Amino acid sequence: MISTLSITDLRLARGERTLFSALSFAASSGEAVALTGANGAGKTSLLRAIAGFIRPEAGTIVFRETDDEPIEADLARAHQVHLLGHLDGLKGQQTARDELMFQSQWLGHSHHGIEEAIDTLGLKPLLDLEVRKLSAGQRRRLALARLIGSPRALWLLDEPLSPLDARWREVVGAMMVRHLADGGLILAAVHDPLPIPTRPLDLGTGR
Amino acid sequence: MRAAYILFRRELALAWGGGGGPLLACGFFACLTTVVPLAAGGDPNVLKPVAAGIAWLALALSSLLSLERLFERDLEDGALDLLATGPLPLEAVFAIKAVSQWIATGLPLALTAPVAALALGQSIELAPLTALSALIGGLGFAFTGALGAALALGAKRGGLLIAVVVLPLFIPPVVFGSGALDRAAAGLSPLSALALLTAYVLFAAVIAPPAGAAAIRSAQG
Repeated sequence: MISTLSITDLRLARGERTLFSALSFAASSGEAVALTGANGAGKTSLLRAIAGFIRPEAGTIVFRETDDEPIEADLARAHQVHLLGHLDGLKGQQTARDELMFQSQWLGHSHHGIEEAIDTLGLKPLLDLEVRKLSAGQRRRLALARLIGSPRALWLLDEPLSPLDARWREVVGAMMVRHLADGGLILAAVHDPLPIPTRPLDLGTGR
Repeated sequence: MRAAYILFRRELALAWGGGGGPLLACGFFACLTTVVPLAAGGDPNVLKPVAAGIAWLALALSSLLSLERLFERDLEDGALDLLATGPLPLEAVFAIKAVSQWIATGLPLALTAPVAALALGQSIELAPLTALSALIGGLGFAFTGALGAALALGAKRGGLLIAVVVLPLFIPPVVFGSGALDRAAAGLSPLSALALLTAYVLFAAVIAPPAGAAAIRSAQG
């Protein structure tokens, strides 16, 4: 299981534009990092770089085991990293149940995980609806369900709470607390503060 | 292995659900082969010699139809990110999507092909061979087509670009496939042409996944 994520001297660029350089930080299990910064500062790009979609211009991203051994990056990403962004990958014509089952099974579900996700996020009444008929908040709850449905150590979340109302923000907060207590890591790009204690990481003003 | 099955089942469900893509391809195929006699005149002496060629041309064009949706939608709605963070490498994801494209579109088309060729005046003894060669060729269409779809990811007017990229790659299977039918119609063994067709398909199945996966990675970055 990933117990440390360490980033050293990272420089990311989109096209010709450098987003940030010499970014270094480490997060270890049980820790939540709140990524802040102006629009265009590179929050989403940083999450995508950690998930392996963007190749850094310079610097390293290393995942480490509990015993401090580095884990091969591709292996870590294939089995231990959740990336949940603005685009949730849900298909409008499928039912919520189909989508929840697929997403959780594809990412490696635990046996009771899916049941637990349905209970925690109140998805029971939504399961037979087509995804296109869900509201933005319901849809986000369905997308968040895969975090519980398939247990993975590192959560990379991009504005996870934005369409949720106060009640569900609290529920998701409790989800995060439990994940951290189980030794997980969370890195979330946020504008509003998360309902849990976090370590801030500011990417600056962008340009 | 289990992950491959889960993805395969999902891709088939997506292809068949919502819009009925395979039926659309078959309908397009039937329309194309209906228009030819109307354009070229209904004389069986004119149509019969070119029946195999027309059937294969129509097959190639019909195989293009659903390619645009193959990766573009997944890129737009984020499903491609989800697939890339799963347990299988992108090469395997690409191959599974290509095979399910074959089952969803190539198989119905292969079943439609003998009927269309028959309507154009091909003799009925050739129907099994027509279906078989269309089935083999369809796998080649699926892999090369998926490669074209991956290369066109993120491009404006991707559908047109796919057609321009992919149609030249469809030439060999069309040549070998209709060649097999022509040889059989002339009383010769179609095996050599079928062997070439199969060789092309295997080549495409080996080359397309790594190339397609690289194209998808660059589109995601």
